[in-house]
Amino acid sequence: MIATSAAATGLARCRCCGLVSAFAAAEECPRCSVPLQLRKPGSLSRTWAYLLAAYILYIPANLLPIMETRSIFSVQQDTIMSGVIYLWVSGAWPLATIVFVASIIVPLAKLLALTLLCVTVQMKTVWRAKQRTELYLFVEFVGRWSMLDVFVVTVLVALVQAQSLATVMPGSGVVAFAAVVVISMLAAESFDPRLIWDPMNRSGKETSRGVSD
Amino acid sequence: MRKARSIVELLPEGLIACPDCDLLIDLVIDAQIGASVRCPRCGAELFRVRAESFENTLALTLAALILLLLANVFPVVGLNIQGHRIDATLIGASICLWDADMPLLAGLVALTTITIPAFELCAVLWIAFPLWRGRRPAGFIAIVRLMDFTHAWGMVDVFMLGILVSLVKLEHLAEVLLGVGIVAYGGVMLLIAAIGASYDQRVLWQAWEGARP
Repeated sequence: MIATSAAATGLARCRCCGLVSAFAAAEECPRCSVPLQLRKPGSLSRTWAYLLAAYILYIPANLLPIMETRSIFSVQQDTIMSGVIYLWVSGAWPLATIVFVASIIVPLAKLLALTLLCVTVQMKTVWRAKQRTELYLFVEFVGRWSMLDVFVVTVLVALVQAQSLATVMPGSGVVAFAAVVVISMLAAESFDPRLIWDPMNRSGKETSRGVSD
Repeated sequence: MRKARSIVELLPEGLIACPDCDLLIDLVIDAQIGASVRCPRCGAELFRVRAESFENTLALTLAALILLLLANVFPVVGLNIQGHRIDATLIGASICLWDADMPLLAGLVALTTITIPAFELCAVLWIAFPLWRGRRPAGFIAIVRLMDFTHAWGMVDVFMLGILVSLVKLEHLAEVLLGVGIVAYGGVMLLIAAIGASYDQRVLWQAWEGARP
């Protein structure tokens, strides 16, 4: 059996229950009656739209303060980066590293990775398809961990209130940051990794047997 | 509809398509329970071989629901500032954001840390109990589709890490008090991971097909 995609054979995998069945427009899955699709509709344009929005919001997310600490003596504004520096200086290096990776590296790396995936899919290249699939699965996996800083601000706001000597208020940057996280998760969700393999289906030679390890 | 059904009946029973690269695979499973079956082309995990049993899933889900209830009733963390005690509950954290004029953010935090985890646990219970008794659960398809949609948005584990980071930030400021809530919420986190490992979509649909309507 020559390696071939279900779509090239006229079959579609149901997005709800996973059953493979014959594809026709407006046809429903025989098991769960969900309308069949070969690929996510408008995958690339939707991903591009989300990516653009996320890139734009990434700027205020990093420049605006994510929280404001007011005490009798002073008002201190913290951005994401200054929070990381604070953890680092106070000696909590492992946590500083986690927050730095989750809040600064990962959001940007995700956007760049999805951009790379969109561009290579549009070029219809067969270049490193397996690695690109792994990259996509990784982006999908790490997405939610970027919410970390939003939750940190939430807990700080809840605990440091007017009764104590200082008050922590959420800054406008945290809204932009949460929006970047949510929108880039939506971008990852709307990208269809099967598009990576579509240019390849005419030339495959592997046997398509399930392997187990 | 009729045409699709007749072609499906001609397809080999073990025919599946990789969700990540759409490779058509004529699957022969000769692996042990617990083994991971991977796509021979893109390397993504297709599924794990599992026993079709919902006893573990049911027990873990019941325990997780009870702990989630406790986590919502008792304070998660508290601060002791010069004899003055401030406690934060899960929902209290979202309410603080609401009070700080950030309703969207408050909604997002409540949704990802309470509503979606609670919905997912209730949904698993609703589905797994009838399947365990050999019956088809009411509203099965709608619930499975909704769970597919909410899957990435439950963030109990990320919130736990967020609490940890904020406690480190507050350590110098005041005495940090851990509540019953954080132990319960930590338990929910571990149980959700265990529930995720105890079943998957494939097993659900197999059980559904074998169950009495």
